[in-house]
Amino acid sequence: MTDLPLTKNIDMSRAPFDIGQYRQAQGYDAVLRMLKDLAPSDVLEMVKNSGLKGRGGAGFPTGLKWSFVPSGDDAPKTKYLVVNADEMEPGTFKDRLLLEGDPHLLLEGMLIAAYTIQANTAYIFLRGEYLRAEKLLREAIAQAHEQGMLGKNIQGSGFDLEIILHTSAGRYICGEETALLNALEGKRANPRAKPPFPQVSGLWGKPTIVNNVETLCNLPGILRYGVDWYKALGKGGDAGTKLCGVSGRVNNPGCWELALGTPIRELLEDKAGGMCTGYELRAFLPGGGSTDFLLPEHLDLTLDYDVIGKAGSRLATGTMIVLDDQTCPVGMVGNLMRFFSHESCGWCTPCRDGLPWIDEIFQRLENGGGRADDLQVLTDHLEYLGPGRTFCALAPGAMAPLGSALRHFRDDFDAHIHSGGCPWRK
Amino acid sequence: MTTSAIIASSAPKVQARTLSPEETHEIDHELTLYPDRRAVGLEALKIVQKHQGWVSDESLVAVAEYLGMSAHELDGVATFFNLIFRQPVGRNVMLFCDSVSCYIMGCERIKDHISARLGIDYGETTTDGEFTLLPVPCLGDCDRAPVMLMAGEQHRNLTKEKIDELLTRVQQEQANK
Repeated sequence: MTDLPLTKNIDMSRAPFDIGQYRQAQGYDAVLRMLKDLAPSDVLEMVKNSGLKGRGGAGFPTGLKWSFVPSGDDAPKTKYLVVNADEMEPGTFKDRLLLEGDPHLLLEGMLIAAYTIQANTAYIFLRGEYLRAEKLLREAIAQAHEQGMLGKNIQGSGFDLEIILHTSAGRYICGEETALLNALEGKRANPRAKPPFPQVSGLWGKPTIVNNVETLCNLPGILRYGVDWYKALGKGGDAGTKLCGVSGRVNNPGCWELALGTPIRELLEDKAGGMCTGYELRAFLPGGGSTDFLLPEHLDLTLDYDVIGKAGSRLATGTMIVLDDQTCPVGMVGNLMRFFSHESCGWCTPCRDGLPWIDEIFQRLENGGGRADDLQVLTDHLEYLGPGRTFCALAPGAMAPLGSALRHFRDDFDAHIHSGGCPWRK
Repeated sequence: MTTSAIIASSAPKVQARTLSPEETHEIDHELTLYPDRRAVGLEALKIVQKHQGWVSDESLVAVAEYLGMSAHELDGVATFFNLIFRQPVGRNVMLFCDSVSCYIMGCERIKDHISARLGIDYGETTTDGEFTLLPVPCLGDCDRAPVMLMAGEQHRNLTKEKIDELLTRVQQEQANK
């Protein structure tokens, strides 16, 4: 038993476990038992009951997502599992830890997911800049083949799985699952209209599950130690553990595996060592660039999807970005707006035209050209680019830091307009 | 020749260059991994770029012909992705993270230092063809910001001194060749 199922094998000061070391640490045991004793429907039931929610950002229940894949004799024979390893959310560096720290854990999770939905081909969609992860994954896949953990008739079970590593070439929108599928098919990575959802019609029109790296890495533990153990890991309403990170002006920035339900204060102060000398905490984005700002008064909230949701933000990727009192909040949000504007795929009008408009206003505010009505125009965009107005979640995600910044840092915005540019630069 | 030149119908047709045996060998391997030839487009462009340094119009047309798709469609893919270079780049492409955590940790000052030292802004290449500076979305190394990726190596906790050291080393290595 362990209370750190995601990181128990990880020590970044050495190379990750090869397959021999991984198996010595009971790795692939869960898969061997699954292939011998469990039907796909048994595994699905376990994952549903475990309460595992997707760790990529949206927090959708994983078992429920899988249950939409057609099964039984009438179901299409070809199905796909796709791993979303296109980590590019601003301020997010958690999947890198798993990919570089314990690649076999991901492969084991993929075996479990693929077996459950009965997919015989799985693609890992890896961001092109993760060169070390690419090398380590290629090695791990080759080792798994050599030991008969991948390929035809795995361990005599009759189940086949090939894992193919696809490396992308740098576009944030590929993290959106339908855009990712288009990219994998060799097209421009524009999102698709939903429905149909990928579970029914995904990669090349076949039933497809797209799961985040961290989500899949939760599966070996659930199968090995059981649903009750997994639920008990969480200290609050959510089951399991979560990789949580802190970046910004803190003493010890990094990424750690914490029980869901851990107070945010523990992450910031005990793990990240608190603010650097001379810097005060002003606000933070709790889960990457697409989340709403929270304030120091929220530090005693717990790292739970619902708790952070009720406070008006999202746990999302779990990687916290800290805004200190010596960084301009308008500049920080302007940086995010430029990112989202640049990474808009251009497919739908509100996002393609709205985000550059916002970016232009932020540049004006920065350089002293801010106008009295600029803040109203920004406020209007919160609605124009909000949920339901766009094909995908990119623009609504961008509106989260913007809307909360307009509420919390109004004086700073006003100061940019009235003092002829960014007062922090003077 | 610009991208628009191959799209304009009045322009002379770009002749495909001959893909090298290494390039076709690697593309052929990728073709075994996907059920559809055009799915290999991005991987094929990356293979060509690895061997040629960038993707010229002649390379683009060659890959498109090899995969049985239109050059326009493949160029749509090529120009969509940040890491496919449709113009020549320097021997060392500096992918400089300008996203939020790096911003908070002062990446703008580091970028200004690089620009001042090399005389190039984003999207530009030094006259000696040594360095190209490009912004890149969040490199996922935020606990060690500011960061950049150059020649396959991630450079972390960047300072002006570290930049000086790195650039001097690369320039000396080139001079010794």
